[in-house]
Amino acid sequence: MTSPSEESNRAIITVLGRDQIGIIAWVSGRLAEYHVNILDISQTIVKDFFTMIMVVDLEPATLELIELARTLDQEGNDKGLQVKVQHEDIFTFMHRI
Amino acid sequence: MTITFAREEIQQTLKMIHEENLDIRTITMGISLLDCCSEEISRMEMKVYDKITKYAGKLVSVGEQISARYGIPIINKRVSVTPIAIAAAHLNTEEMVRIAKVLDRAARESGINFIGGFSALVQKGFTTGDLALIDAIPQALSETEFVCSSVNIGTTKAGINMDAVLKMGEVILKCAQLTADKDGIAAAKLVVFCNAPEDNPFMAGAFHGVGEPESVINVGVSGPGVVAKVVKQFPEADFSELSNLIKQTAFKITRMGELIGRAASKSLNVPFGIVDLSLAPTPAIGDSVAEILENMGLERCGTHGTTAALALLNDAVKKGGAMASSHVGGLSGAFIPVSEDAGMVEAVEVGALTLDKLEAMTCVCSVGLDMIALPGDVTAETLAAIIADEAAIGMINKKTTAVRLIPAIGKKAGERVEFGGLLGGAPVMAIHPFASNMFVKRGGRIPAPIISLTN
Repeated sequence: MTSPSEESNRAIITVLGRDQIGIIAWVSGRLAEYHVNILDISQTIVKDFFTMIMVVDLEPATLELIELARTLDQEGNDKGLQVKVQHEDIFTFMHRI
Repeated sequence: MTITFAREEIQQTLKMIHEENLDIRTITMGISLLDCCSEEISRMEMKVYDKITKYAGKLVSVGEQISARYGIPIINKRVSVTPIAIAAAHLNTEEMVRIAKVLDRAARESGINFIGGFSALVQKGFTTGDLALIDAIPQALSETEFVCSSVNIGTTKAGINMDAVLKMGEVILKCAQLTADKDGIAAAKLVVFCNAPEDNPFMAGAFHGVGEPESVINVGVSGPGVVAKVVKQFPEADFSELSNLIKQTAFKITRMGELIGRAASKSLNVPFGIVDLSLAPTPAIGDSVAEILENMGLERCGTHGTTAALALLNDAVKKGGAMASSHVGGLSGAFIPVSEDAGMVEAVEVGALTLDKLEAMTCVCSVGLDMIALPGDVTAETLAAIIADEAAIGMINKKTTAVRLIPAIGKKAGERVEFGGLLGGAPVMAIHPFASNMFVKRGGRIPAPIISLTN
């Protein structure tokens, strides 16, 4: 059985909300500022509804996952976006053995 | 390292958490108080307080950190302790109340929601400590906020202690009377068990059994909303397909419990005990076990077919969950508390769900007659008879059954009681008007059934 990869410092960032200009620029700008490395990124827009999923590595980061989550959540709220930052294990652990 | 994330999996997880009320219901830390015994009551109070606050001091902050890290709500952080009737067997009733108050203070200091273990195991008879504790329950529960109590009155191996059953009828009534101004809230913190598990993380019945280690982390998951949604999505599924869908969902829910349990165990440096596979509803809309049963095709929960639907649900939850966790324990099954489940409350209100049907349902699911408000003029003997029925189901079927009844003082069937929070509110349910007094007053023990002779 997979054990929680405590040693891994990867997180999944999801952004949901109405499409608007500059969402990716804002998120990636923030991540660069905090030295968070983007590993993978995908986005879709269905009827003006924007969904982005990003895999990031917080190993070189200058802040903790929880702080990043709080910052992006607050700033996302101001833009009408729902932003979540979650450790990757919640997704791998739920669906796989 | 390869990056292998399926978009669908990520979206499904988010949907389960944000739209379908998936959460970790409780992280419960079991703490042994066996080394806190002291002849001097004030010294014992100090030892109990110090040990609980030392062990559970970081429980709440660690729980919050884990919740933020994984982005999943952890609703309750709780503590269970060694049954006080064992840990403090030498105390008298008045001193037992003092211990309850110390537990309450330690719970408040640690920031936890509930502390369980003001308990006694009396399936075969009473010790002096058991009697002192049971007599202390009404005062202890009405003068504390966080303390929960449980008494085990029967097991498959020992039979049913009918003297204890009658006593508990009286204790429940007294609890309700002492807190009549709060709709009998003290009775909502008291569970009477048959075959009580020693590693149950759920309140009010949690206690830290004597076979348990010094300290342990047990996790209770939840997620009726997730199961209800899946069942609703596939109205055409036959029973094999339906069972498989529930199994797959239960697997995913339980994996969350396993992940959080391991993370909490590591952060707190306390061994990980078990995941309790229970489907635990809350009063929130869309977080109801009754809704799952109705989505299976019943017009209302409680109508004919409900027991079969619940049996399928309960079995599928266990099959799916068992695969997802290295150690499963506690109560593990679907809960059917009335006041904590909006769908159950509705079913009672429209007359679909009765006390007798609930009793039948407890034959095939976890726990028993849970969070049920009864008319205020119910007698101790009738309460005892209800407990005896439920204990008999547990004893014969080798399963845990529990009774958490709340006499609604001054109220009649059909009126409402409100407990607030996770405990919810409920209509008062009707009981049979015929007495069981002669029966419950016979005294002695109902012998252990023949199935207990397994050696």
